[in-house]
Amino acid sequence: MSPKSLFDKVWERHLVRVETVEQPAVLYIDRHLVHEVTSPQAFAMLKERGLRVRCPDRTFATMDHSTPTVPLGPDGDPVYANEDARMQVQTLQENCAEFGIELFGWDSPHRGVIHVMAPELGLTLPGMTIVCGDSHTATHGAFGALAFGIGTTEVSHVLATQCLLQNKPRSMRVTLNGRLNAGVSAKDMALAVIAALGSGGGTGYVIEYAGEAVRTLGMEERMTLCNMTIEAGARAGMIAPDQVTFDWLKGRAHAPKGDAWEHEIEDWRALKSDKNAVYDAEITLEARLIAPMITYGPSPDQGMAVDSITPHPCGAVERQGLDYMRFTPGRPVMGEKVDVVFIGSCTNGRLSDLQAAAQVLLGHRIHPDVRMLIVPGSEQVRREAEHEGLHEIFKTAGAEWRLPGCSMCIAMNGDMAMPGELVVSTSNRNFEGRQGKGARTVLASPATAAASAIWGEIADPRPFMEAPRVA
Amino acid sequence: MLLDKFSKLTSRTMVLAQENIDTDQIIPARFLTTTSRNGLGRAAFYDWRYDEAGMARNSDPFAGKEPQAHQILVGGANFGCGSSREHAPWALADFGFRAVVSTKIADIFKSNAIKNSILPIEVSSETHADLIATPGAELTIDLERLEILRPGKWKQSFEMDAFGRRCLLDGVDPLGFLQNCEDEITQFEARRA
Repeated sequence: MSPKSLFDKVWERHLVRVETVEQPAVLYIDRHLVHEVTSPQAFAMLKERGLRVRCPDRTFATMDHSTPTVPLGPDGDPVYANEDARMQVQTLQENCAEFGIELFGWDSPHRGVIHVMAPELGLTLPGMTIVCGDSHTATHGAFGALAFGIGTTEVSHVLATQCLLQNKPRSMRVTLNGRLNAGVSAKDMALAVIAALGSGGGTGYVIEYAGEAVRTLGMEERMTLCNMTIEAGARAGMIAPDQVTFDWLKGRAHAPKGDAWEHEIEDWRALKSDKNAVYDAEITLEARLIAPMITYGPSPDQGMAVDSITPHPCGAVERQGLDYMRFTPGRPVMGEKVDVVFIGSCTNGRLSDLQAAAQVLLGHRIHPDVRMLIVPGSEQVRREAEHEGLHEIFKTAGAEWRLPGCSMCIAMNGDMAMPGELVVSTSNRNFEGRQGKGARTVLASPATAAASAIWGEIADPRPFMEAPRVA
Repeated sequence: MLLDKFSKLTSRTMVLAQENIDTDQIIPARFLTTTSRNGLGRAAFYDWRYDEAGMARNSDPFAGKEPQAHQILVGGANFGCGSSREHAPWALADFGFRAVVSTKIADIFKSNAIKNSILPIEVSSETHADLIATPGAELTIDLERLEILRPGKWKQSFEMDAFGRRCLLDGVDPLGFLQNCEDEITQFEARRA
């Protein structure tokens, strides 16, 4: 039997019908995650045809994109940015009630950014196929699941049939040798991989992340790495499950229990690439060469070490990017004045991200000209952070501690930057206008974002992290 | 929704030469609070067309271009990268586009485009360079023969997923196709249980 990759194995386990020259494969979907932005038109498509949701028990919903992160109003109701946002959330509530789908809504202790709260609940398990009308569904690949974003028409396909028509993507292995240096995070690793591949370099592929630097990452860091796979053009990124995965999952609400747990673990251990598995493409990076990263243009692949200089001479794309950012070719970006700092999102809104930010902020105040939003990825992250007193560190430093949601990552809920403002953001996209019309976004890790908030300019986090840790 | 049938299209190009045109450019996120898929043409490339005050920009690339005469959008490499929002092809289709041509088109956008009767066509760098250099050129796209043609200049074949092509040519409905697999889906579930 020919050797198989992790991706091959998960793909083959879900084939209802194999792919032919004429027809794509019919792929069975184990988990369908739903949010308010990309689902209303899909439910409408079902209603037009008089269809039901085939597997409500495989479908889970929350609301995160259009939801406010400011405190609830005096009447206990959320204060939406506009009537459309309120209507969109209400439409999700009505659709979930009508079709019998579990919704983690305003009254749920588990509500949050869908790619943060679903893993927390153990809804994400190794070997699963997971889809969502959201390109950052790649996050769940951190558990050895095949997880990818789909469009709204495909959301309707999964709702109605629990299946998708898919041509098998090609495979790519990204190997990260060695270990990350102190002060360098999974976010920096992700930005380095994207810079190496280019924003379209992964188009048509599923990426498997391998190597010592990946195996030594914690579960939350693995999610950060897989999350940004789409920023290199690949729909899915995967990491073979191991003891780190199993330890993180054990005891979670939807994880198997008792004998079933033992049985599943045995099965999950087989979910790794065979020794001689063949990939359609491979790249290798040395983790020790990765520094804290920032982006200098409005594309996630325009990344560089925070302490290096912008490209010079540069091609048309780099030049255009630098012009939009109002950065100069061949100059450092450290020292550029920062207006807003955002810590949160499905990339960096987990407890370990907030801990990293708190470690930098402890004992400091943010620069008076900086507005800093810290938005936990879920209600659970919020509870855990508050239990550890992180929110007090943030508030003492002068940051705003918000309710969970996507917030400034996509700037749909009223959290946004003004035209021309420079934002250091732990989110995943720095596209023109992504965080508000005319806003300029620099992607970075939570530590770099926190250090930049203190200085009021783009800053290297390492001096803050090398100092002895105050308990 | 059944797809509009599509066999041959002759129209002029609208050229947006910039590389990496992401779906946030095609339709900014603040327009995504809609619960409908209609009427999004007005939001297409909104921030390229209108300034902070909502006034038309002098640099509006669409100014003075009749959408009905320019149904083929030629974009720089890696067109449609970024989010999975199907609002992007909804907006382009509502604006009047029926084909997108680039050297590389992002996976999710490509899949979404076909479902909305927009042809995603990847061409060679040479062909692409010619298209970028001649905005408004008239092209014929023949989906039956998988050919893109600039009359009197060149003809190039292009590739397309066979099933996507059938959906567009014959009006095959992918959801109907999946529903017809119900027996196999049930057997699959029984096998795994």
